[in-house]
Amino acid sequence: MLLGPALGLSAILFTIGVAGVMIRRNAIVIFMCVELMLNAVNLTFVAFAQQFGPEGQVIVFFVMAVAAAEAAVGLAIILAIFRHRETVDLRDINMLRG
Amino acid sequence: MPGIVGWVWLVVLLPFIGFLVNGALSFLRPRAKDAVSIVGVGSVALAFVLSVAMALALAGSHAEEGFVVTIWRWIHVGDLEIDLAFQVDALSVIMLLVVTGVGLLIHIFSVGYMKADDAYPRFFAYLNLFVFFMLVLVLGAAFPIMFVGWEGVGLCSYLLIGFWYAEKANADAGKKAFIMNRIGDFGFLIAMFMIFGATGSLAYHEVFAAAPSAFVVDGNSITLVTLFLFLGCTGKSAQIPLYTWLPDAMAGPTPVSALIHAATMVTAGVYLIARTNVLFAMASVSSVVVASVGAVTALWAASIALKQWDIKKVLAYSTISQLGYMFLAVGVGAIASGVFHLVTHAFFKALLFLGAGSAIHAMHHAYHATHTHDDAQDMRNMGGLRRWMPWTAGVMWIATLAIAGVPGFSGFFSKDEILAMTFARGHEDMVFYVLWFVGTLAALMTAFYMTRMMLYTFHGPNRTGASEQQHLHEVPWVMTGPLVVLAAGSILAGVMNLPEVLPFHGWLHQWLEPVTAQGDFYRREMHLTAGTEWLLLVLATVIAAAGIVGAYRLLRPADLLPAREAEPETGFGLVLLRKYYIDELYDTVVVRPLVWLSEKILWKGVDAGAIDGAGVHGAANVTRGLGAIGSWLQSGQLGTYVFIFVIGVVVLLRAMSGS
Repeated sequence: MLLGPALGLSAILFTIGVAGVMIRRNAIVIFMCVELMLNAVNLTFVAFAQQFGPEGQVIVFFVMAVAAAEAAVGLAIILAIFRHRETVDLRDINMLRG
Repeated sequence: MPGIVGWVWLVVLLPFIGFLVNGALSFLRPRAKDAVSIVGVGSVALAFVLSVAMALALAGSHAEEGFVVTIWRWIHVGDLEIDLAFQVDALSVIMLLVVTGVGLLIHIFSVGYMKADDAYPRFFAYLNLFVFFMLVLVLGAAFPIMFVGWEGVGLCSYLLIGFWYAEKANADAGKKAFIMNRIGDFGFLIAMFMIFGATGSLAYHEVFAAAPSAFVVDGNSITLVTLFLFLGCTGKSAQIPLYTWLPDAMAGPTPVSALIHAATMVTAGVYLIARTNVLFAMASVSSVVVASVGAVTALWAASIALKQWDIKKVLAYSTISQLGYMFLAVGVGAIASGVFHLVTHAFFKALLFLGAGSAIHAMHHAYHATHTHDDAQDMRNMGGLRRWMPWTAGVMWIATLAIAGVPGFSGFFSKDEILAMTFARGHEDMVFYVLWFVGTLAALMTAFYMTRMMLYTFHGPNRTGASEQQHLHEVPWVMTGPLVVLAAGSILAGVMNLPEVLPFHGWLHQWLEPVTAQGDFYRREMHLTAGTEWLLLVLATVIAAAGIVGAYRLLRPADLLPAREAEPETGFGLVLLRKYYIDELYDTVVVRPLVWLSEKILWKGVDAGAIDGAGVHGAANVTRGLGAIGSWLQSGQLGTYVFIFVIGVVVLLRAMSGS
């Protein structure tokens, strides 16, 4: 099927995700960008599954499960940070600076 | 070997046990003064009895070479074999009797002198330790054993000079003595290394047996060895140029000055040269150096003694001067004469110091009773003490006549013999006539300054003060007793070695024959005609009389003012009072440059600059710089991390796919 366009779309989505993580400051937006990267990878798996069998689709389910768990933990952490500091701007959250 | 000689280790051990017991008592029972006296005096008394027995055994054994008693193996490394061994022979027995005999009398005197001192047990512990080390020094059968004793007596000297360490001047005097001795000890060590290098041994009899083949007579190596040995002697025996510590050493208690800084320790240098006389006999240049330094020191110190006001300083310079005579003797090769003067000097100088100690003791009591804070050692504050202290004054006069060289007293015979021997070598080399003249001039000064000391201290009006006079009194018998015994010695010790023109002459000379025989092979026979000898005896008498009568005629004890009212000295008198400014000279030439070098270069430059700056701080700065870079990377900004991370991934991917 349309392997080339699918991989191209995946690459575009992944790049947008990386750029978002690098540029944006809001933790929620960065979080969404991470999800975007995960789903770009998922798209790649699904596209290749057409050619190489269903293992790729199985991996996608694993990724979705991990992403769900990650979203739960990540959002909880962001919520806790917001309650504590009343901001989710990552420029201000730099307690690990050397 | 007679059985008693095998017990020689006990002679050495007894004072050491005394030291251990008294040292323990000073911590556990500081008030048990009776026990301390019994242990301190008893251990030395037993050692003296054993020494006498040993001397008698040696005299009766007809064993010319003496005995070497090996106690145990000490150092066996490669070619170096040193046993802990003690040598009992003609020379060491003489020293043994002087150290234990005079030491015993001074111990007894100290019982009275130090009675009121709080640190009484510590004093006797140190004194016993000193006797132990001194015995190791004179009995050791090898150079390293002697060196142990040599360093040990130096340590005890330091401890006892600074005995009243609460006053900084006393502690400084101790340090000065210790450091100046260290310079001499360096010479001794170098000489020891050279001797081992040349002969392959350090035991006396092996070194002396190997010396004729190992060294060339008057060669460079023997001259260097003996000069380095003599450097050791100048430190320990206070000769030019290392003599300035001895007058300062008078800061210690007076019995210490008598025992260590007059009778025994400072004569260790003379003993060393007498012991190694074979080596010095093979090095004629060194012998002349020894004799010259001795003669010049005798005159130099005697001239300083002319103008000192502190009674102990007079005696200190007198000691340096008399030690100069001994070095003159051993330098001209008259070993027996040097040892003879060593023995007679031990008697009369110990007596002079103890007598001065009695006077100071009485003065101190008088000032203590009236709460006056004048100098109890300044002769200008004394005067007329013979009215209160007839015994002390009497024995002091005996010692004065002995040291001044009045015929019949021991010092006359010993000093005259040294000068006669020097004169006898004059026909070999003119320099000995010069040395003889220098020595004779020093003898004149000796008679003068000793009479001056006696006049100002015991005669004329009293200058102590009206109320203080009431408290002056003779010292107890425990102090006068030893003085009387020493006075007897000062008169009679001359019998040991009468001049050749008298009957029973030269006993000590024959007694020391086994020790000096090998060296005599290299020395020329010294002989004077009977006429010359009589002439020199008469001349010595005239010199002594001139000094004493001159002092009587020139000095006016009645015109003397107490120290606090006295006018300052001027002119050459001030130069003498200031000891030719030698201390100031050493301070300018040696001490200050050394301090400057240590502070500006070694401390501020090398230590603070190079070692601290480049080494210690440098290593820290490098670590801190690396840490700063690492810290800068940890910005805490998530975006930066991701950016670097992405760059890294891209680079890696490029590297993996690009190949």
